[in-house]
Amino acid sequence: MLRQLASKRLITQRIQILPRFYHEKVIDHFNNPRNVGSFDKNDPAVGTGLVGAPACGDVMKLQIKVDDTTGEIVDARFKTFGCGSAIASSSVATEWVKGKQMEEVMTIKNT
Amino acid sequence: MATKLLASALRQTLNKTPASSSLHRCLSTAAALTTAPPSQNDEAMTIKGLKISARPLYLDMQATSPVDPRVLDAMLPYYLARYGNPHSRTHLYGWESDQAVETARSQIADLIGASPKEIVFTSGATESNNISVKGVMKFYKEKKRHVVTTQTEHKCVLDSCRHLQQEGFEVTYLPVGNDGIVDLEKLRGSIRPDTGLVSVMAVNNEIGVIQPMEEIGKICREFNVPFHTDAAQALGKIPVDVDRWNVSLMSLSGHKIYGPKGVGALYMRRRPRIRVEAQMNGGGQERGIRSGTVPTPLVVGMGAACELAKKEMGYDEERIRGLQERLLNGVRAKLDGVVVNGSVERRYAGNLNLSFAYVEGESLLMGLKDVAVSSGSACTSASLEPSYVLRALGVDEDMAHTSIRFGIGRFTTEEEIDRAVELTVQQVDKLREMSPLYEMVKEGIDIKQIQWSQH
Repeated sequence: MLRQLASKRLITQRIQILPRFYHEKVIDHFNNPRNVGSFDKNDPAVGTGLVGAPACGDVMKLQIKVDDTTGEIVDARFKTFGCGSAIASSSVATEWVKGKQMEEVMTIKNT
Repeated sequence: MATKLLASALRQTLNKTPASSSLHRCLSTAAALTTAPPSQNDEAMTIKGLKISARPLYLDMQATSPVDPRVLDAMLPYYLARYGNPHSRTHLYGWESDQAVETARSQIADLIGASPKEIVFTSGATESNNISVKGVMKFYKEKKRHVVTTQTEHKCVLDSCRHLQQEGFEVTYLPVGNDGIVDLEKLRGSIRPDTGLVSVMAVNNEIGVIQPMEEIGKICREFNVPFHTDAAQALGKIPVDVDRWNVSLMSLSGHKIYGPKGVGALYMRRRPRIRVEAQMNGGGQERGIRSGTVPTPLVVGMGAACELAKKEMGYDEERIRGLQERLLNGVRAKLDGVVVNGSVERRYAGNLNLSFAYVEGESLLMGLKDVAVSSGSACTSASLEPSYVLRALGVDEDMAHTSIRFGIGRFTTEEEIDRAVELTVQQVDKLREMSPLYEMVKEGIDIKQIQWSQH
């Protein structure tokens, strides 16, 4: 029972209340972004999306490679012009869409 | 037996966890920023979620500067032993404090070519700007209702002007050219018979350009309009002479010239006398212009800093210019698409504001966490707008988001510059790899032709 109490303490210890700045995960995705790059635009299995404007300070290009037969997203690449959180969220987005069906990913929201 | 096992288990688990007080410390907001969660590496510190291996290189001299040890030496006696109030007339503590204040006053006056009687101590350049802009206009409010200033002034001047506008005065914000220099013809054209003040800062804090002070002074003398300048960034860095520039009012700051924070001064011309309405009311100290106890140690510090600046201005200027060239050439050698914001000729050497095309400023800053620099980009401001100074320069919107300001000072070393160049190049390359704009440019697409869909 004492061990349980002691280990509970361990768990609560881990919850660090950081001041309201970038979360560790955001920093991690910013320093080591996953899936940076491009596919060949002219490949029929590749879909490209480009949103944003330099004036707003945010431009994101997201490319997905879709398997024609199953409709599954096999791979994704991104390139972003934007601040740390923009890069991190693009990186996370590419991670999330991999392996999902195209209809499934429409449910990914900002919230 | 069982209790022994329990006790050893407890001891083990308790020893593994660091002192439980750190959890409580994290809950207290006062300690939140100073507490580093226990980490494996003793030297690393985590702040704002970033792990930094050592204190960053300081290249943000326009924001503030370290106090020169010689200045600190001059200040300490006035904290520890000679702590009297300079306005106490009845005992030695007051007299010696007053003497120190007067010495400092003459040191500052010496640096700008003025008489000590024309210097008033304030809490900083912001307060001096407030007194100058609001104080002058409110004093002459019967006859003079118009102020001329520029779009690139410091926020305190612009905000004071906005306050005046709300009270019914009129303000003309002069545009600047692409090089950041104000157009003299436009200035001449904007002065009216009821213009009460012209306010143009000598050296801009964001881009470092030096305005043509003598010419502006001549125009103001011609029209007999008081000329105010915010010389916070200029003091001790470029030669300042109130008679050559024909200024009536000049705001000075202590912490930009290796002096303490929290002190500044206001130069007010006596011949012809310029009058202001005091913004701080009280016991009538500082000739009624600024009431309040004059902070002797801070003022002594500012005086000492001015004296040092007078002696070392030439040497510092040469050295800093060399470092600026080293920085610029180092970066230009390895990167293309580097633009210097503001005039290259009429510029203070210690301020280098660079834009890196196709890279966003805040992400560059986040990557440059080992170098302390500043940016004029949107993410560092509360709104989505880039810095108003860069916008006034007419910088393209995509470039306005990418600016970084490097501040070089008396204590910057060559190694720091080299390391800053290395880190900047590395980070810019990495971000350009990730940038769709760079990719498009490499493919030959003209970015300016694209119709962006805003959201």
